[in-house]
Amino acid sequence: MNWIYDPWPWYIGGPLIALVMLLLLLNDKKFGMSSNLRTICAAFGAGKSTPFFDYDWKSQRWNIVVIIGALTGGIIASQYLSTQTAVAIHPDVVLQLQELNILDAGQAYMPETLFGNTAWKDWKSLSILAVGGFLVGFGARYAGGCTSGHAISGLSNLQLPSLIAVIGFFIGGIIMNHYLIRYIL
Amino acid sequence: MRTLTYFFIGILFGITLFKSEAASWFRIYEMFQFKSFHMYGIIGSALVLGVIITQSIKRFKLKSFYGNTIVIGDKPKLLKSNLYGGIVFGLGWALVGACPGPIFVLLGAGFTPVLVLLFFATLGTFVYGKLKKRLPHLKVKDPLFDILLTKCRYFCIFACILFLNHFIAR
Repeated sequence: MNWIYDPWPWYIGGPLIALVMLLLLLNDKKFGMSSNLRTICAAFGAGKSTPFFDYDWKSQRWNIVVIIGALTGGIIASQYLSTQTAVAIHPDVVLQLQELNILDAGQAYMPETLFGNTAWKDWKSLSILAVGGFLVGFGARYAGGCTSGHAISGLSNLQLPSLIAVIGFFIGGIIMNHYLIRYIL
Repeated sequence: MRTLTYFFIGILFGITLFKSEAASWFRIYEMFQFKSFHMYGIIGSALVLGVIITQSIKRFKLKSFYGNTIVIGDKPKLLKSNLYGGIVFGLGWALVGACPGPIFVLLGAGFTPVLVLLFFATLGTFVYGKLKKRLPHLKVKDPLFDILLTKCRYFCIFACILFLNHFIAR
């Protein structure tokens, strides 16, 4: 049973994600996480001023339960199912990130400078999280879905819009990763 | 009772994302550097199984746990918004390494600055809702673009072969 405590290989992770999608379909629901952000906006009353949020958000409460479950899953996995969480990324990437001053590459789950508690005192890190978060939230809704809704659910249903969106994800991602991030980090 | 089902599905999803490292910023960075097969393996295997699941459900008109025929609707064809929105999403994804699912998983795993991420992602969605009417959404009226799209499947198969070759060649 020791393998449970090690990082899971892709051929375990991928099929389990497909299983999550199947279980939701068997419950008359669909797999898509970014719509929760819209539900949160609507639940805070954004529908009063903006038609986009004026819908029956209560019918989407099941999805909020799913993300509360995902949060709980994060607690369980990090507290009880992991002995060490360092992500063994490719050595070339480790070197590259060290040049960008991310010194814990290859030794941590997340970069401490961005996601550790020290980030709260660092305006640069907080700004990066704010800008990135904004782009993710704005882009996901504009595109009509995120990685779960388009790349998994949509492509599984052979949807052209999803293919276009995923191509967009990679155009944006490659621009950021190869050309912009070195000036930002 | 049904609420509890969703909760457990969520737990399974959260544990999977954390343990398979799909929620790790480092893995997303590495993915966009094309240096490891890991993330492509996760998304690819989920997708292959997903296609089999979805197409079987549609072909055999399978029923849900509650006896309803499962209906999997088409995504609206708003190709301009899919592309532009996708690019915006990709810029953010590569920067902060988390899409909406992992945000909650990371929060559970105790990376508290993710709260900033969550707040601004929600704000981003809100601003989109505000600006929706002023943004281009509809299908591009360009014959060249149409041809590209119809040839899309061949392009994708070709890209996949090139891509797999990149990893096998090492």
